[in-house]
Amino acid sequence: MERLVADLRARLQRVREGGDERAIRRHRDQGKLLVRERLEQLLDRGAPFLELSPLAANGVYDDDTPGAGLVTGIGRVSEREVLIVANDATVKGGTYYPLTVKKHLRAQQVAIDNRLPCLYLVDSGGAYLPLQAEVFPDREHFGRIFFNQARMSAEGIAQIAVVMGSCTAGGAYVPAMSDETIIVKGTGTIFLGGPPLVKAATGEDVTAEDLGGADVHARHSGVADYLADDDAHALELARTIVSTLHTTKPLPGDRTEPEPPAHDPADLYGIVSADTRHPYDVREVIARLVDGSRFDEFKRLYAPTVVTGFARLHGFLVGFVANNGVLFSESALKATHFIELCNLRGIPLIFLQNITGFMVGRQYERGGIAKDGAKMVHAVANATVPKFTVVIGGSFGAGNYGMCGRAYDPRFLWMWPNARISVMGGEQAAAVLSTVKRDQLARDGRELGADEETQIRTPILEKYEQEGSPYYSTARLWDDGILDPLQTRDALALAISAACNAPMAPPRYGIFRM
Amino acid sequence: MFKRVLVANRGEIAVRVMRTCREMGIETVAVYSDADARALHVTVADRAVRIGGPAPADSYLAQGAILDAARATGADAIHPGYGFLSENPEFAAACAAAGVTFIGPPPDAMAKLGSKTAARRLAEAAGVPVVPGAIPADQSEAAIVEAVRGVGFPVLLKPSEGGGGIGMKAVHDAASLPPAIAQARREAEAAFGDGTLYVERLVTRPRHIEFQILGDRHGAVVHLFERECSIQRRHQKVLEETPSTAVTPALRQRMGAAAVALAQAAGYYNAGTVEFLVDGAGDGAQFYFLEINARLQVEHPVTETVTGVDLVRAQLGVAAGQPLPWTQAELAQTGHAIEVRICAEDPRQDFLPQAGVLALYREPSMPGIRVDSGVTEGAEVSVHYDSLLAKLIACGETRDAARRRAQEALERFPILGIRTNVPLLIRLLAHERFVAGDLDTHFLTTEAASLLPEPGAPAADALAVADAAARTPVTGAGRTTQAEDPWTALKGLRV
Repeated sequence: MERLVADLRARLQRVREGGDERAIRRHRDQGKLLVRERLEQLLDRGAPFLELSPLAANGVYDDDTPGAGLVTGIGRVSEREVLIVANDATVKGGTYYPLTVKKHLRAQQVAIDNRLPCLYLVDSGGAYLPLQAEVFPDREHFGRIFFNQARMSAEGIAQIAVVMGSCTAGGAYVPAMSDETIIVKGTGTIFLGGPPLVKAATGEDVTAEDLGGADVHARHSGVADYLADDDAHALELARTIVSTLHTTKPLPGDRTEPEPPAHDPADLYGIVSADTRHPYDVREVIARLVDGSRFDEFKRLYAPTVVTGFARLHGFLVGFVANNGVLFSESALKATHFIELCNLRGIPLIFLQNITGFMVGRQYERGGIAKDGAKMVHAVANATVPKFTVVIGGSFGAGNYGMCGRAYDPRFLWMWPNARISVMGGEQAAAVLSTVKRDQLARDGRELGADEETQIRTPILEKYEQEGSPYYSTARLWDDGILDPLQTRDALALAISAACNAPMAPPRYGIFRM
Repeated sequence: MFKRVLVANRGEIAVRVMRTCREMGIETVAVYSDADARALHVTVADRAVRIGGPAPADSYLAQGAILDAARATGADAIHPGYGFLSENPEFAAACAAAGVTFIGPPPDAMAKLGSKTAARRLAEAAGVPVVPGAIPADQSEAAIVEAVRGVGFPVLLKPSEGGGGIGMKAVHDAASLPPAIAQARREAEAAFGDGTLYVERLVTRPRHIEFQILGDRHGAVVHLFERECSIQRRHQKVLEETPSTAVTPALRQRMGAAAVALAQAAGYYNAGTVEFLVDGAGDGAQFYFLEINARLQVEHPVTETVTGVDLVRAQLGVAAGQPLPWTQAELAQTGHAIEVRICAEDPRQDFLPQAGVLALYREPSMPGIRVDSGVTEGAEVSVHYDSLLAKLIACGETRDAARRRAQEALERFPILGIRTNVPLLIRLLAHERFVAGDLDTHFLTTEAASLLPEPGAPAADALAVADAAARTPVTGAGRTTQAEDPWTALKGLRV
């Protein structure tokens, strides 16, 4: 496990360096700060930053696009949590690849779910034109960014743009759609069509500064509200704007004094094996996440393959649903009961996923495992308390649904570096497909040879091995990032606290199939 | 260097070996029995493999299962720790046959030194003094009586195989000799399957002083000075220290040279210990070779403390074929170190081994204190294995400084749930004869009366701690707080 974490750190380190050396030099020559320097200046001194999907687009495109050219996350500015979306112009000029759009939209979703004001540090050439078909037209494409801005503004979730570079074409709408906008003199530009497009359309010769520079927008067009001398000044103005938002966050009244776990969290490296098939007691993991390692277990003696119970995490009361083996009907009923308890009481839920799926077989189907699984899925889907999911091992099949996978809108979903995710395990998939093939051949009176079977199995195993990797997942935004197990407790605490910015909706359920 | 080391042991020594491996960037594999599924050594290792049931024969002595685990995990070396398979030449040979490096001495040297009679012959040949004694070729009672007459009373009857004090009988006069011979033979046969006895002179006030040796595979052998282990109970060490109050520079040089000569004569490499029995103290003291322990000793940390050497690291280096990194002249002793063994046994009930859950267990942390342990709070101490919970090692510029530190640390080492020998150790460290360094191997027996803790109810403060520990706050309630928001409290965190 330690090797996996070292590998994770190395990958994160690489991504944090941003674009190539030449692009960084050019960026600095314009008097601009690098994206991570901007973040440091923007955030309250010493305040945490909870970054989202830092390894997005990792290995997806032929070009190297660290973090998909975008840094997103929750940070503290003027003593309140804000959602930050910052372009990295050293990566392909900050243009939007398909996954850049997905990452931007995911960040906005986090802002919507948790009612976090949005700060956009804009420095982008707009859509990446060669891939426009995957960036522009669909519902969850570029246009959705501005739709979200309009909707959030209407909800009272502040939208603030800091123009620190280009905002071309569609990108121009980010500042234009914001509640308040700052523009940096000399480097910030906003226009629907850049100088080359203007030249082509009207034959007019203009400089970028003349067409949409800071002076134009702060003095003439009114697209920007504040004129900043440089990056540092702009960020100071942004901090001032946040301080005027006039909102407060209510923390739960029953919070207790936070206490470190009694068991050393460093033990997690030894408890959790790099091989997800290696069994361990998930209570050992919980003991290393919660205050004082105290866990009040619900239905301890019933359906032991799912562990449910209450604990404190940094003083917040939370409910845990954690896998300790395959899910049976009883496990699903127990989890459903517990989710209802937490939902009715307004206690946030933490799901620790390490699940091979629901039990299969004639006995279980007859026993109605599908309807019991459905109850759990129904309870999870309709739970209105904040939900947080950490995939600490395998995430296979319908177990992923019941345990609040990505489709079930957990506020945050993280993976551990040892995690695996796919519709079933590679071995099982290979076995299923070999059986299907064997039956096909049997109908023609033929048999499946050992060589043919290997030919079917090998590519499937390889495919599942590659696509089940947490790096494959995180590159595609199936999660919000890969966590070092040792950072899990703190990440959860920040997430739970950030979730307090949004009021909880009243509990409401549909039909539980009985 | 090795990529992945399997530690074929449990408890504190497994944890200790793994810590050095981790420091060296070597992955570790733990093996465990069902009784140890949640033990600390399993948690500390990078990987863990279950090898069988709680009985040692089914797990930690199960050579096949351990080698299977090494193969399955791709371990390229096995560290045996102490006890269990550590001095088993067959296991060392089986490791070699399986292509896994055994981190220890060569099997043939181990076999040679395993038999007391063979080791004694080897010592005599190397010119190392041995206790006056005889190994009667004729093992009849009459021949043994005759041999005893030659050596002179008092004598000790010992089984030729084995150790740990089993089957040893002290005989002070001719009348009690025949029943003692019969009993020693019975015990030796029962324990080791071999009733061969030998006879040696009993030194009435002996000190047990041993030398740590270390050899490489290129013929170099050094010693890392002595350890005095005279504080024993039934031949089980309780407290060890270095330097010894009995050893002067001249004596140290003679004993060290003897230890090295013996190791060289045996073709020994890796870590080992040459045990001597010492009669008297100072330049004129007599020393006699007892045996060589072909393994890392429980008490190795005192040597590490005064020499600054990590013996496990050195063992790994030697096993990987590296030459010793220092010469004898480069090694020196600095300061004083004392180790006490904290055991789950009740001194008030004749040291009855204790089993149960460690309800409260908090190791002390203070300057000059090292604790090597194999347990954590909440762990279950089972009856299947030896009673050693932890070793506390104290160091200081002087013996007195180390002694006071050990005492202070033991007083700040709360262990609740099972009884331990800690009260006895605290009294021992304060005993005037111990303070004066006036030791012999009978110390604990002679001074038993003043060392055993008084019977009676637990102290009021212990009861108060137990009560507080039992009343952990409930999750739902507890004092509410205006505690800082994690966004304020977790300063500088970058996730």
